[in-house]
Amino acid sequence: MAAESTKVLYGLYNDEEDLKGAVKAANAAHLDIMDVFTPFPVHGLDPILGLKESRLHYLGFIYGATGASFGFLAMSWIFTRDWPILFGGKPYWSVPAFIPITFEMTVLFAAWGMTLTFYTICGMWPGVKAKTLDDRITDDKFCIAFNVSEASDAQVSDLRGFFSKTHAAEVNVKTI
Amino acid sequence: MSHPVAAVRHVLIEGNKSYHNITEDLCSPTEKTPSREWIVAFALSAAFLGLYVFAITWTVWKGIGEWGANRTINWAWDITNFVWWIGIGHAGTLISAILLLFRQRWRTGVNRAAEAMTIFAVICAGQFPIFHMGRVWLAFFIFPFPNSRGPLWTNFNSPLLWDVFAISTYFSVSLLFWYTGLVPDLATVRDRATGFRRKMYETFSFGWTGSAKHWQRWEALSLVLAGISTPLVLSVHTIVSFDFATSVIPGWHTTIFPPYFVAGAIFSGFAMVQTLMVITRKVLKLEQYITVNHIESMNKVIVLTGTIVGVAYLTELFISWYSGYIYEQFAFYNRVFGIYWWSYFGMMFCNVVAPQVFWSRKIRRSIWWTFFLSIIINVGMWFERFVIIATTLARDFLPSSWSYYSPTWVEISIFTGTIGLFFFCYLIFCRVAPVVAIAEVKAILKVAGDQYIGPDAKHGHSHSDASKEAVKH
Repeated sequence: MAAESTKVLYGLYNDEEDLKGAVKAANAAHLDIMDVFTPFPVHGLDPILGLKESRLHYLGFIYGATGASFGFLAMSWIFTRDWPILFGGKPYWSVPAFIPITFEMTVLFAAWGMTLTFYTICGMWPGVKAKTLDDRITDDKFCIAFNVSEASDAQVSDLRGFFSKTHAAEVNVKTI
Repeated sequence: MSHPVAAVRHVLIEGNKSYHNITEDLCSPTEKTPSREWIVAFALSAAFLGLYVFAITWTVWKGIGEWGANRTINWAWDITNFVWWIGIGHAGTLISAILLLFRQRWRTGVNRAAEAMTIFAVICAGQFPIFHMGRVWLAFFIFPFPNSRGPLWTNFNSPLLWDVFAISTYFSVSLLFWYTGLVPDLATVRDRATGFRRKMYETFSFGWTGSAKHWQRWEALSLVLAGISTPLVLSVHTIVSFDFATSVIPGWHTTIFPPYFVAGAIFSGFAMVQTLMVITRKVLKLEQYITVNHIESMNKVIVLTGTIVGVAYLTELFISWYSGYIYEQFAFYNRVFGIYWWSYFGMMFCNVVAPQVFWSRKIRRSIWWTFFLSIIINVGMWFERFVIIATTLARDFLPSSWSYYSPTWVEISIFTGTIGLFFFCYLIFCRVAPVVAIAEVKAILKVAGDQYIGPDAKHGHSHSDASKEAVKH
């Protein structure tokens, strides 16, 4: 991937309630927020940011169903086709005995599938350098970021006005 | 915040903390030079780990004939210790998954350490069946994979194979759950670090930024992982109990085993969490995050699960009498009054009688009592597994093959060695990662912090006042 740099104007708030108020104000002013960064999941932020519910759990279901079918079908094939063995006169296709492993495979596939998907869609892997705007965002600052790569000076000063109106504790520019 | 707050809520974060205080307090153990207590504890556990390595090498070199297990009592300390460790692991998943689903806020103080405990306990547990196989270099035969032996597959009808699947799934899913929860906190440590440490934490935090969308996905993932870990943790000890319950051995083939094992696992796991937390909060000075309220909540779980276990013990006795089946009756008579009577009474006292003191609120909230009883319960739950395994096998179908079992130095070394292994891992974990989940504690600060809900709470402020207060402190 080519190293694209984005010029970002961002404001830091001291409290999540200030942040939520600012996001609402930005919505009212039709400002296009690039992203919001917080030290912990702030509840009630997603709807005002217009974030749709994550679809990760649908994928979880699909992965789980895959695991269940894989486990069950593999055992069925092995014990009826590939190498049938008679255990104490019980049927080759002993379905109740397959339940525990089928269940474990469901959980295993769902958990690994979802976790790997999570890291992939978030672009997170070992060795990825975090594009952090400010080190205090993982501590106690709540950040609203605007992409100002192509913004005119007038637009930038509008955004600065927005930050001062919404009581941002600090406003900075950084290229990431 | 000016929400009206229900008076029933306990304060879970004391000391009038701001978000920044939380970061400071919880990151600092990973940033300071280790204390003398830590070094001593680490050296001690490393020594036991060394003993473990020696005893295992001895076992592999000479064969498992070096153990005291014999043809009658062919499952002995190894499987006792295996079940004991697996049981201990269960509390971590219970705290992190089931209490997340039930929205119990007190889990945030202890979930991280309890999950770590799960992972280390499962590692310790795994050692026993693997080395009990004898030819450990062929241990991979337990996994079904296309092979040149036929292909010869594993027996999918066997509860021992179910166990392989259950425990390996449990281990890997717990690891994912724990690590994904840890990533935002590792990013917090990263953003405070410089130089090499920063590089290291950058690698381990996978490039976490704290973006709103990432948090949303992170929460969705945590919730689903909790949702699937809940039946998983119940299945794991259910399947461990199937190792016994699906057999034909009187004293083992009882239908009560799955719920009885699960309750016992949670019981022993919470005891181990208490042992660890009481020491950790003191040594790392986390008393304001792992409060007496947390300890009391866990003691309530202990008295509940201990009582369930007690009911299970009595039900077993009643059913064996009521069955009218003399072999079953003999198995239980032998369990109580036979050669290993002392382990039965030890179990009854430690697991059923002793925890009843937790009905007293004063004892539930006493650190010393909690610590003392947590040790008693750890011992008691070890006795339980010994009672089930060794006493049952010692008196089998043929009186001519009746036998007695006592461990050899090799088995004792392996067992104490796994305790060394466990603490070795735990102590390293305390040094490299925040022991309390930083982001999760911050997220509940305003609903469980003392300045918001405690007696000195400042209600009626506007939000920006509250934030100024927080900054000032």
